[in-house]
Amino acid sequence: MKNHPISILLKRELNSYFATPLAYVFIVIFLALTGVFTFYLGNFFERNQADLAPFFGFHPWLYLFLIPAIAMGIWAEERKTGTIELLLTLPITLWQTVIAKFLAAWAFIAIALACTFPMWITVNYLGDADNGAIFTAYIGSLLMAGGYLAAGMCISALTRSQVIAFIVSLVVCFVFVMAGFPMVVDVVRGWLPNGIVDALAGMSFLTHFQALSKGVLDLRDVVYFVAMIAAWLYASILIIDLKKAE
Amino acid sequence: MVEVQQLTKRFGSRLAVDQLSFNVGPGEVLGFLGPNGAGKSTTMKMVTGFLQPTSGTARVNGFDILEQPLDAKKAMGYLPEGAPAYGDMTVQQFLNFIADIRGLSGDFKRARMQRVVEDVHLTQVLAQRIDTLSKGFRRRVGLAQAIIHDPKVLILDEPTDGLDPNQKHEVRHLIRNMSKDKIIVISTHILEEVEAVCTRAMIIAHGKLLADGTPDDLAAKSRYHGAVTLKLAARDEAARVLKELPDVLEVKNEDASNELTVFPRPGAAVLQSVSAMVEQKRWTVQALYQQKGRLDDVFRQITGGAAA
Repeated sequence: MKNHPISILLKRELNSYFATPLAYVFIVIFLALTGVFTFYLGNFFERNQADLAPFFGFHPWLYLFLIPAIAMGIWAEERKTGTIELLLTLPITLWQTVIAKFLAAWAFIAIALACTFPMWITVNYLGDADNGAIFTAYIGSLLMAGGYLAAGMCISALTRSQVIAFIVSLVVCFVFVMAGFPMVVDVVRGWLPNGIVDALAGMSFLTHFQALSKGVLDLRDVVYFVAMIAAWLYASILIIDLKKAE
Repeated sequence: MVEVQQLTKRFGSRLAVDQLSFNVGPGEVLGFLGPNGAGKSTTMKMVTGFLQPTSGTARVNGFDILEQPLDAKKAMGYLPEGAPAYGDMTVQQFLNFIADIRGLSGDFKRARMQRVVEDVHLTQVLAQRIDTLSKGFRRRVGLAQAIIHDPKVLILDEPTDGLDPNQKHEVRHLIRNMSKDKIIVISTHILEEVEAVCTRAMIIAHGKLLADGTPDDLAAKSRYHGAVTLKLAARDEAARVLKELPDVLEVKNEDASNELTVFPRPGAAVLQSVSAMVEQKRWTVQALYQQKGRLDDVFRQITGGAAA
């Protein structure tokens, strides 16, 4: 497995995050913001409950800005510097490169998420926490991050401008977060059949994350996020194949 | 063996490569010549499996680039236009990555890394990030990654672009040295490069093959082929006299210095009669030589003055 093209490329990608200050800046900002949100906006202490609900509750909003920032360069940069031509003429298939790049970025996010462990220690120190529920919430948060990331990567494949990739990803992710809310549903209700509106409402990141963040492991939510990731990655493959020449 | 069959690429309504077919065998260094936008890079991008042809295909070492792309890619080394590389890696890391993904390992990998780094003169920059390198070094890193697995087929898109004359000389020397048992295809618009390294040249324009032969064959199509150039003080007198010789089509004063060129009629030779006349008239000549033909002349002639 060590010599498989996917793991070689994954290693290169993951190292490249840490080759520049980007990775460290990202992790510091992520930790600072989760701290601020949890303790100040989330009233962690005032709630007097030994759980991490205020911590996980803010993840969808944090990811909305931070994950497009990671995803924006994944293909746009390759396209801009021309390394995409180098990469795709190496003996590695397109789907292998897409999987490797996704896994590398996802692993990086997992590292950032793992760095929030003091939160977990704090809550265990202060009270009798349900560690099973916390673990489930972490898994749920990581799955949701994968959804944001796959969408952002796919949009990054559409352009050579990182700024455009960032903004478009942010908007697309926002629509997915808000999909179950009147803000989005009302817009489409007028001209789409009810069945599709309901299906769209069921696509919300937020609704699917809610149960997971409370520690309830519902297979449907897991399947939803995995399917989301697979669909966006598949779309990336199609887009890259189509837009290589540009 | 590289076999290109009816290769065609259409971008929207623009036909970039139009039913191009040719074969290249081991030991050949093929130079792709053509004005900018002639379809050289597009052809290379299809042969290396980056772009999907609109129709037609290419076989590399017996592997069809559409049906067995991985095997074909393994047999090839490719330097894309502009020598792209991952700027955040050091030269060592980058070459290591390429070697790994190309499946090199153990002693063979170590030996190839060392050999390539020496051949391309990268020892002093191994620990530097590629971002910080000069254009010349970057080009050499691109060349190093293309040859690291000792490929049978080497495709180089403008390998000497942006190099200084010494570096150009070095890269050409390297290409010549590797050419014995390999198939090398280079694209260029520097004509002296074709004369310096290529055993065969192809001129393409608008995606079509216009000429194919050894550089000498092509040069022989030039009107300068067999022409005699001489340099002497009594130029005007000589021009008048030489024009009257049989077999002379035209005598032309060259812009620079005291040179004039005598063009023969097609199929005729004028060197003997010109030198006989020089002796008879007792002109003092500083130079007298027969031209082989000029590639740039042929290039302009064939591509209709659209030369880059």
